[in-house]
Amino acid sequence: MEIVIYGIINSITLTLMALGFTLVYGVSRLPNFAHGALYVLTGYLAWLLLNRVGLYYPLAIIGALALTGIIGAAMYYFVLVRIRGMPISEIIASYAIGLAILEGLRWGGLKGGTFTLPPFIEGSTQLFGVSVDYQRLIVVAAGLLLIGALWLFVAKTKLGLALKGIAQDERAALTLGIDSDRMAIVSMALGSVLAGIAALVLFPLGSIVVEAGYQVLIMAVAVCIVGGLGSWNGAILASFLIGFAQILTVSFIATHYQVVVAIVAIIVTLISRPSGLFGRQKELEERV
Amino acid sequence: MAEATKDRRKERLDRGIKVRTDSVYAISHWQEMTYMLAPRLVFILGLLALPLILSFFPYWQRVISIVCIYALLAIGFDFLANHVGLVSLGGGFYVGVGAYMAALLNLKFGLPPVVTVPIATFVGGALCTLLFLPCLPLRGVYFAIVSLMFPLLAGRIIEALDIFGGTDGLLGVESFGNPWIERYLLIGSVLVAVFVLRRLLIEDVGLVFRGVKDNDQAVKASAINITVYKALGVYIASTLGCLGGACLTHIYMWAGLSQFALDYSIIPIAATVVGGGGTLIGSVLGCLILVPISEMLRDFGTLRIAVYALILTAFIVYKSEGLMNYGTRKYEQLERWVRI
Repeated sequence: MEIVIYGIINSITLTLMALGFTLVYGVSRLPNFAHGALYVLTGYLAWLLLNRVGLYYPLAIIGALALTGIIGAAMYYFVLVRIRGMPISEIIASYAIGLAILEGLRWGGLKGGTFTLPPFIEGSTQLFGVSVDYQRLIVVAAGLLLIGALWLFVAKTKLGLALKGIAQDERAALTLGIDSDRMAIVSMALGSVLAGIAALVLFPLGSIVVEAGYQVLIMAVAVCIVGGLGSWNGAILASFLIGFAQILTVSFIATHYQVVVAIVAIIVTLISRPSGLFGRQKELEERV
Repeated sequence: MAEATKDRRKERLDRGIKVRTDSVYAISHWQEMTYMLAPRLVFILGLLALPLILSFFPYWQRVISIVCIYALLAIGFDFLANHVGLVSLGGGFYVGVGAYMAALLNLKFGLPPVVTVPIATFVGGALCTLLFLPCLPLRGVYFAIVSLMFPLLAGRIIEALDIFGGTDGLLGVESFGNPWIERYLLIGSVLVAVFVLRRLLIEDVGLVFRGVKDNDQAVKASAINITVYKALGVYIASTLGCLGGACLTHIYMWAGLSQFALDYSIIPIAATVVGGGGTLIGSVLGCLILVPISEMLRDFGTLRIAVYALILTAFIVYKSEGLMNYGTRKYEQLERWVRI
């Protein structure tokens, strides 16, 4: 039972980490390698607003999310827009920005002592005889809520439909008056906010460390590749696969192997089924 | 800016002397010969003389060796990315493999550096190629992602299995003995690597490499096995990386997890972008600029990674041709504004 419950929690955690990455890639075909950095940055901003500025916790959260969204949009508007369509430059530039943020934080912000965000609700409860803290339940709730909200947003609102249009066929969307660059900015902002939400619900479980950035990036990339880049159903399914595989490894082998599982999953997927579980056939040509 | 270029364009023409040196007239007059040889001689002799010039600053002599190690990696990256079309973000993996292999050969079998460096270079390169073999059908973004994972995975596995000294690394590796051997071995390797690769690229093999980069389907259609060529490309790049790693181990007398670190993956990329992709010499130039900056920033810890990351971003976005391509253009061409 413990494996099932923690497996589900871990899987939802992975989904949360990957949602932002898959959204940005799905809409603007931009592999946002600064995703992990934005994740850590939001945690740090929330910590700053909470402890240095002294805002209320909910306000600090909203402030941190807003700032991250703006930073994500600015990153696209000032830098990435210039190298749109050059995949290699996109990877290198976004990775470099991410590195600059993470290593800059390691040097200037996150050093000396531990940085923690308080959990939303303290304490823990029994669930089928397994003790689970409330924060982990919040993670699950937040994950499910976000998936639902995103689905509604994409399927029902005009902006969401525009994003979907760009994702499906950029040229056709352009002829219908949807501005591709503006949509890419929206998707970057939204993706950054999603990374931020993941950070804010997950960081209370541990402390804010720079390494989390690299870990989140690896996990997000793993989930997206296994699921098929840009495919949401695939990403969710893949996070369950990897999530359970990780929990099984932790309980039967050793904790060290947690990241190894994700990396092996990527390598096996790319070699055996390069388009991922749900990737579209069209993309196969680009990959292999 | 838009205002200034509205009714005029910049026209570029090859300089007369450049056109003459392309043909047999290159040996017609000392001016042509100088024009042709000067940049090459400045590069070769400059690199060879560098340790002598810096012999008054012993600390910076050590930096020369580090520059050369990064230069080897950068040449490998440049070759693989701009001539074979495989962007490898995992330079750290090659260094790590070379370093561990040299250290193990030295410690377990007691072999001297004269033996361990060549073995680590060539066998290490083969090992890297073998490990990368399953990923070679991939290209573009997908190869980049997988290659980024390799050094991370290797580090984690060594940590998890606690093999090869685990997190402590392997201590007590023999040094080169004479520091001049170390310096000139590395400088010589860089020069040989640049020379050989530049020759290779104008041979038939180079043509196929370029074909694999530009349109691999067409190469396939010509009944050429692209995986073989990609493997060859990875072998060349990883051999250079392993050579760097093996020398690094013997210089620091230590092999450890930090040799799989980010530095070895990111600086060569930054150097290639700054120096100018595709020129091979540009990446050496980039290392000559970036590595000393990194040494000066050593006191600031990880800030230096942030600094190159920013330099890299700035270059890739605003000056993506790099210094070497810019310099070559100025050296070979006249530029003038023409009215239109």
